[in-house]
Amino acid sequence: MNISYMYSLIAVIILFLLAYVGVKFPGGEVFFGIIIPYLALIIFILGFINRVIDWARSPVPFRIPTTCGQQKSLPWIKSANIDNPSTTGGVVVRMILEVVFFRSLFRNTKCELKESDKISYEWEKWLWLFSLTFHWAFFTVLFRHLRLFTEPVPACVQLVAKLDGFLQIGLPGLMLSGVALLAAVTFLFLRRILIPQVKYISLGSDYFPLFLIFGIAFTGILMRYFTKVDIVGVKEFTMSLVTLNPHVIKGIGGVFYVHLFFVSVLLVYFPFSKLMHLGGIFMSPTRNMVNNSRAKRHVNPWNYPVKIHTYDAYEDEFREKMIEIGLPVEKMIAPETPEEPEEKE
Amino acid sequence: MPNNKKMYDKGKVVAGLCIFVVLITFPFWFNLGKAAPAPEPKLSDKAKAAKECVMPKATMKTEHMQILNEWRDTVVRDAKRIYTNPSGKKFNMSLSNTCLDCHVEKAEFCDKCHNYASVTPYCWECHIDPKEAK
Ligand code: HEC
Ligand code: HEC
Ligand code: HEC
Ligand code: HEM
Repeated sequence: MNISYMYSLIAVIILFLLAYVGVKFPGGEVFFGIIIPYLALIIFILGFINRVIDWARSPVPFRIPTTCGQQKSLPWIKSANIDNPSTTGGVVVRMILEVVFFRSLFRNTKCELKESDKISYEWEKWLWLFSLTFHWAFFTVLFRHLRLFTEPVPACVQLVAKLDGFLQIGLPGLMLSGVALLAAVTFLFLRRILIPQVKYISLGSDYFPLFLIFGIAFTGILMRYFTKVDIVGVKEFTMSLVTLNPHVIKGIGGVFYVHLFFVSVLLVYFPFSKLMHLGGIFMSPTRNMVNNSRAKRHVNPWNYPVKIHTYDAYEDEFREKMIEIGLPVEKMIAPETPEEPEEKE
Repeated sequence: MPNNKKMYDKGKVVAGLCIFVVLITFPFWFNLGKAAPAPEPKLSDKAKAAKECVMPKATMKTEHMQILNEWRDTVVRDAKRIYTNPSGKKFNMSLSNTCLDCHVEKAEFCDKCHNYASVTPYCWECHIDPKEAK
């Protein structure tokens, strides 16, 4: 047992009960169905913006991109234009590949002592595979949910639902992304508790979002395949929310409100947690900077004007004294031949 | 010391945030000014006369696909065609010959809901709508 995940698990269970029991009280449906979701969305958007602006206010005086290839230098040395971008275009391509395929996570290695004393580094692709699955599945599920929030439903949403359900297993048809999401989030959790080193560095703030997302996926799947919910009623309700004409619809089960409440909690939690990596990836100087320090001068933004005394001025001031004690000077006093001027500097 | 009020790359950051807000609020502006009333599946005269569906209305609403799935499996795998509902009424387990026998107007009934909920059952690639077949 581990306090970090016990607390998170208990928190999610309490949230479940809160919503499940809460909607049964008078006014509960309005509270959990209308007030909380609207508030959550507002907090999410404002919190997100606030966090990003906060980051934008932090100066990044030096170029600190992670460099994963040869920097651009002389024309005859081949440079890695994406892995060590020297142009904005390179940064954009690198960023897209990072966001869409998690390239840097693909480089993940595992360090182990083998035969008790030999250090070894090995490929470790499972984390990459499952986190990519997790994020893509999450996105796909979210995208498919647009059918509840749009009327008429755009063709692309229908197409994605069709592809997602192409196995045509059972009725209602099995959606692969939902299953993939639940499987991936389970893997990510097991990884944290089964690998001792990862367990050691895992905190409540790592477990809580995992449990919460597990809860969302679990209640969603429960609703779709097992306890069932009146989708037409649900859509009438969600459409009333997005057309700013909110009213509750009777006869939508408690599990739906748990699902909705979990999503609201996720939205509120988002801007204040590590989940902000959604915005953070774009604000991350190790990813979004052009590595051109050799070609361009970057001035520290908080440099204050420094009073400087150049060597030229120094020599002008002390020339006579220097000559007197025999120190070499660049310019002699006398109208002698001015020595090669380009030698200065 | 850093000036805490200054935003670096302000143009890019503000543009990014605008994109974020536009994406997040997509459902709000997409549906702007559109009325989207919930569909009211029209019961045919035949269904009205029958008064009752295979199961109570609330159950049908949420579980009709599971009933169809059960029917399909029972017919195709066990070769049993007669279904008895909890109140003892017997039905021939058939999509086209039973469901659509009462719900004659598929377009006014099944499709109304399905369009709204954005589901496109693939059943009709093989099964016929008897009304269309005539
Ligand atoms: C009250 C509205 C309503 C009516 C009327 C209705 N359906 Fe449905 N049906 C739905 C909803 C909503 C779903 C999708 C449920 C989901 O996505 O979980 C659905 C799903 C289905 C599915 C499963 C589709 C899939 O690929 O998952 C089948 C099959 C189906 N309906 C058949 C019928 C037939 C046949 C009729 C007419 C006799 C009918 N339905 C009438 C609302 C309705
Ligand atoms: C004997 C005629 C009859 C048959 C057969 C029948 N239905 Fe119904 N169905 C009805 C009636 C009548 C209602 C309205 C029930 C009510 O209002 O209480 C109804 C209601 C429904 C509803 C809910 C509509 C709504 O407005 O919420 C669905 C969905 C449905 N039927 C689907 C089916 C499917 C699928 C089948 C085949 C498995 C089927 N029905 C077979 C007569 C029938
Ligand atoms: C590839 C073609 C095909 C598709 C697609 C298909 N079926 Fe069938 N279905 C059949 C065949 C063939 C039978 C056997 C007919 C028989 O023995 O009477 C059958 C039988 C059934 C039966 C029982 C017999 C009857 O008369 O209806 C049901 C119920 C049924 N299917 C429901 C569905 C539903 C619901 C869907 C859509 C989700 C569907 N089927 C999609 C081919 C198909
Ligand atoms: C306000 C926002 C949301 C609402 C109103 C909502 C509503 C619903 C409803 C009604 C279902 C049942 C679908 C069906 O029976 O076909 C469902 C399923 C599901 N939901 Fe949500 N949901 C929301 C947000 C989310 C989020 C953010 C996630 C996380 C990615 C999520 C994950 C799921 C999953 C995994 C399912 C299972 C079925 C599937 O794969 O489509 N939901 N949701």
